[in-house]
Amino acid sequence: MSAETVAGVRRLSNAYQNWYRFSRNPTAMIGLTIVVVCVLAAIFAPLITPYPEHVGAVVNFRARHLPPSAEYWFGTDNVGRDIFSRVVFGMRVSLLLAVVVLGTAIPFGTVLGLLAGYYGGWVEIVIMRITDIALAIPPLVMALAVAAVLSPDLINSMMAIAALWWTWHTRLIYSITRQIRTQEFVEAAETLGASKFHILFREILPNCVSALAVKTSLDCGFVILVGASLSFLGLGIQPPTPDLGTMVASGASFLPDYWWESVLPGCAILFLALGFNLLGDGLRDLFDVEDVR
Amino acid sequence: MEFALFLIRRVLWSLLVLVGLSVVIFVIARGMPGDPARMALGPRASQEQVDDLREKLGLDRPLIEQYGLYVSGLARGDLGQSLLTERPVNDDIRNTFAATFELVLVTITFAFVLGVPLGVAAARWKDRWPDNVVRLLAIFSAVTPSFFLALLLQILAGYVLHVLPTTGRLPPTMVFSPDMTGLVLIDSLLQGRFDAFAEGLRHVLLPATALAAATMGQIARITRASMIDVSSQDYIEASRAFGVPEPVRVFKYMLRPSFVPPLTILGLEFASLIGNAFVVELVFSWPGMAAYGIRTILQKDLNAVMGVVMVSGVFFVMVNLVIDVLVGFVDPRVRIRGRR
Repeated sequence: MSAETVAGVRRLSNAYQNWYRFSRNPTAMIGLTIVVVCVLAAIFAPLITPYPEHVGAVVNFRARHLPPSAEYWFGTDNVGRDIFSRVVFGMRVSLLLAVVVLGTAIPFGTVLGLLAGYYGGWVEIVIMRITDIALAIPPLVMALAVAAVLSPDLINSMMAIAALWWTWHTRLIYSITRQIRTQEFVEAAETLGASKFHILFREILPNCVSALAVKTSLDCGFVILVGASLSFLGLGIQPPTPDLGTMVASGASFLPDYWWESVLPGCAILFLALGFNLLGDGLRDLFDVEDVR
Repeated sequence: MEFALFLIRRVLWSLLVLVGLSVVIFVIARGMPGDPARMALGPRASQEQVDDLREKLGLDRPLIEQYGLYVSGLARGDLGQSLLTERPVNDDIRNTFAATFELVLVTITFAFVLGVPLGVAAARWKDRWPDNVVRLLAIFSAVTPSFFLALLLQILAGYVLHVLPTTGRLPPTMVFSPDMTGLVLIDSLLQGRFDAFAEGLRHVLLPATALAAATMGQIARITRASMIDVSSQDYIEASRAFGVPEPVRVFKYMLRPSFVPPLTILGLEFASLIGNAFVVELVFSWPGMAAYGIRTILQKDLNAVMGVVMVSGVFFVMVNLVIDVLVGFVDPRVRIRGRR
């Protein structure tokens, strides 16, 4: 067998072992199931929802404020739209928010963390001090401020959240990089004359992957919560597009009589965040990276 | 002496963060597209009115000069004037901040008073039912959006059980003004108004619970982890061998070093706590910074918004300063090693 095949087999059996250990952890599996179900539901929303047309500005006054039933699983809202269909479409917005925010924040934060941790000196001082400053601004308040200057909508809110979220990744990658930059394999690569690019991204970064995976999963849950809070305040995606936070807010005026109009969308947010949290906890146990929160 | 050096270093560092914060806020406010004067006055204002306001606010001067004016104002504790009402932003924020501060203070107390014992219990009975209950509680408190919990508590305690008031800081009929410290719970005691104290406490109970849940869960979780960590140390084993009674061992030898991680967590989480406070305040009509902040945002009153963000940031920095000093006090090793 060639060396590459051996390495390939080893990697495969590693993955298999990891999966075996992961699948023995019931809460982790619950988390994974929730995440997979929600992501699939969000992707195939138009196919699986009973009333996909209720996503828009449909008005059906004869069916308003109906309680949950076989016909309307989550009941109907104040203009007679099916809440279940709107919740599934609302998950799309939440997941999209998480993907866009983390998709921008993670690469940015990771690169900064690698640079600060590897080079040290003034690079470290500048990057880490900026990180500390950015950490002092509450993301939700920042998003509010940006919404004040620009206009309150989903894109601006996402930008504002992403503009602060990278700090957590920078801190995480920085602490790992600092620990491993003096290890033999890094020094060996330096002695062999490997490029800085190779050392940062091929030698150090792979050692951060497990911690990043845990952090990303936990963060998905938190970004979804922050996004929901923003739209609850009226700064998210604008109606009639369904959004979970907006649905909780608009249903709140009909509490407690028509409780399903805000409680069930609220439970959907909780469910999404729960899935990502359990998954993250499971990954943390698997990779044995305790410090990552 | 060594503690004084630690303090000085820490205070200087906080000042530096505040300067950085002012730059960030200034860049957001002035660097974004759009003219603040035009936004505040709306599209129907004439160009002369806009130019007038620009001149009055100094918006026509070079950016560096504007920043200089802004910072020299901040140094004197002056956040400028509202673009709409022309009232000093300070006055508006001072009144609303006291309410937010009180809510946050009660919240932190709840989070620690409940979170630490839960964590200790979970660690003491590891893998038994108390541990499982605490773990479940920690997960659910972390994933429940604060505004949702706030709404649920409001329905349950206010509309279904009718046990607690669900809006405001005091009953609208009660005549009481917290004019000494601005905090209802403290001023009422200072003035001997026990009826106001009782009402204030009843009013703050629900919002503070809704806000405390997430932090409490985190604190319980971290306390549990660090208690378990500490319990495997040699000196704990030694104290057991010497026959030190269990309460002394758990509370004196294990809990004291275990206090540091929850404190550090509180510092880091504090930013999101302020963010959540905005939402919870809105649900319970708490007369804090949130209502003011959101109103000024909708009115595009940029100076007021900058003030709200700056005050939130200063609040965060101050709390972290206090926490770091506390940590240095609880754990002498930190003072020598330096920051965190």
